[in-house]
Amino acid sequence: MKNKPRKKHTAPNTDKKRILITGNEAIGEAAVRAGCGFYAGYPITPQNELTAYMARRMSQERKIFIQAESEIAAINMVFGASSAGARSMTTSSSPGISLKQEGISYLAGAQLPAVIANVMRGGPGLGNIAPSQSDYFQATKGGGHGDYHLIALAPASVQECFDLTQLAFDLSDRYRNPAIILLDAFLGQMAEPIKITHQDTKTQGRKVKKEWALTGAAGRSPNVIRSFFLKDPGLEEHNLILQKKYERIKSKERRFEAFDIEDSDIIFVSYGIPFRIARQAAQRLRSEGIRAGLFRPVTLWPYPYQELEKACARKKAVFVFELSYGQMLEDVKLALGKDIPIYFYGRGGGGVFTEGELIRFAKTKIKSKP
Amino acid sequence: MKKKYTLPRSLKNVPTHYCGGCGHGIVHRIVAEVVDELKLREKIVAIAPVGCAVVAYDYWDFDCSESAHGRALAVATGIKRVRPDLIVFTYQGDGDLASIGTAETIHAANRGENLTCIFINNAVYGMTGGQMAPTTLVGQKTTTTPWGRSPEKGDGFPLKITEILAGLPGVAYAERTSVAKAQDVLKTKKAIKTAFINQIENKGFSIVEVLSQCPTIWGMTPNQAVKWVKEEMTKTFPLGRIK
Ligand SMILES: Cc1ncc(C[n+]2csc(CCOP(=O)(O)OP(=O)(O)O)c2C)c(N)n1
Ligand code: SF4
Repeated sequence: MKNKPRKKHTAPNTDKKRILITGNEAIGEAAVRAGCGFYAGYPITPQNELTAYMARRMSQERKIFIQAESEIAAINMVFGASSAGARSMTTSSSPGISLKQEGISYLAGAQLPAVIANVMRGGPGLGNIAPSQSDYFQATKGGGHGDYHLIALAPASVQECFDLTQLAFDLSDRYRNPAIILLDAFLGQMAEPIKITHQDTKTQGRKVKKEWALTGAAGRSPNVIRSFFLKDPGLEEHNLILQKKYERIKSKERRFEAFDIEDSDIIFVSYGIPFRIARQAAQRLRSEGIRAGLFRPVTLWPYPYQELEKACARKKAVFVFELSYGQMLEDVKLALGKDIPIYFYGRGGGGVFTEGELIRFAKTKIKSKP
Repeated sequence: MKKKYTLPRSLKNVPTHYCGGCGHGIVHRIVAEVVDELKLREKIVAIAPVGCAVVAYDYWDFDCSESAHGRALAVATGIKRVRPDLIVFTYQGDGDLASIGTAETIHAANRGENLTCIFINNAVYGMTGGQMAPTTLVGQKTTTTPWGRSPEKGDGFPLKITEILAGLPGVAYAERTSVAKAQDVLKTKKAIKTAFINQIENKGFSIVEVLSQCPTIWGMTPNQAVKWVKEEMTKTFPLGRIK
């Protein structure tokens, strides 16, 4: 057996302009620098590096790290820490995220902020540990029980793993709503140079006043954290408050990225790492005279329907590429209706397409068009 | 003459939804009295379970959180770890603590979380209408053991989780009490007070299991119910300090 020394997770040296770090580690470092006060996780590949990173970094910052007995315990610990006012996080991968769903629904119902990251692997069931995007429905259409939404953010680079994690903490506090970062195993495990921002871990997360938090009823009437409403107010009344909040998020927080839209005939829609494969494919097609534009939702919920519709107006065709059998595809169809042909190419179960595959697919579809 | 019976500051002056003769109301009052006596009202946080006591926060006049069914000790862990200055306790039924939440219970205890756990054992699932609980006695009839709990038929044995927990190094204190007679109510109060003082003194995990009557589900009058606790339940669940 090789006896390699354990990797040291010390605070990255931020004097340097850029540091080399994996997506998983970038999420951890961003959380620490966002003032995350509590992290609980349970081992699962391909996000183990993140839990290990937090084990060291959180204790260096004198913050709380717990290796929980299960994902269920982890999300409920997060529920507790958040109800006491701390910025709180848990991370996992697909099967573990399934186990957290009841707790996530409770967080949403009780209007508690929390940040969850899902480093997606192949499913269903135990599946495999290869990259996948097959938890899109789970993250954006519910996942747990009840009428609720998570703010869902999808990074496409290690830099974005860092930036969107910080954004997730801010949005989650602002709206008192759990936020999820959805990435695939590729992005979690690959390293890229990134720029670290938000240096002051002490002040981060203190900006938002949490008057609702459980801090002991000194000089105020008692606070109660709950998602159970039999009467005063009834559940319907409470749910309408949530719905109003979701409408506010929908109108204010749609984020996306678009390239080469104006002069293009066709549009590629994709998110996460597959977007980068699609971008390569689009560039090669351009050199062959086929003008493809690119659209990437950054928030998967709220989905940038209006922006996508605008980007695809008067285009000849839209291509959707996903590491699933067509989940985001449904949102693209919702945005675009039936007026424009939508072609889908996806692979699941850990299969990853190459740019060549996408190019071939796009060309056959373009050719076969009357 | 001295006024002997007043409403504790930590108890709201409202009628509860508990059935007549239910043990929950008694234990709620005991908790409120202890919180007052230890002057904890402004720094205590309670975690209510999913079970008959789910709306305990309607009765206690201090900060409370609800938790998913069985997860009270995980929620309590999260709160206590980020706010060790607060005094945090869970209040859980037998289904909550010893069935669906067994893992959370054992692991919070095993980590030696500095928490107080009040465990209401009424040998049935009250809130859902009287199914078998992990603590249901052998032979006891419930809606899901219509001919009585039968280990031979695969229903299992009454789970003595407090004894199991007492075997863990992280557990500082474990005691089983009842509220079936006046002396036992006083003993329960003493035990709950000890469990809170332990937390104040950073001693680790303390659990008080209270045998609690549920006349409604047991199909008894309140008097029959206290008799059943004294004569039947205590045979399987003997009272006294376990650790
Ligand atoms: C995940 C989940 N499963 C089942 C239930 C339904 N349920 C509510 S309370 C309860 C059992 C309560 O029994 P116990 O914990 O013994 O408390 P009691 O009502 O007797 O005080 C169950 C099974 C639920 N709310 N959530
Ligand atoms: S059902 Fe039993 S435990 Fe529930 S309130 Fe009635 S008597 Fe109490």
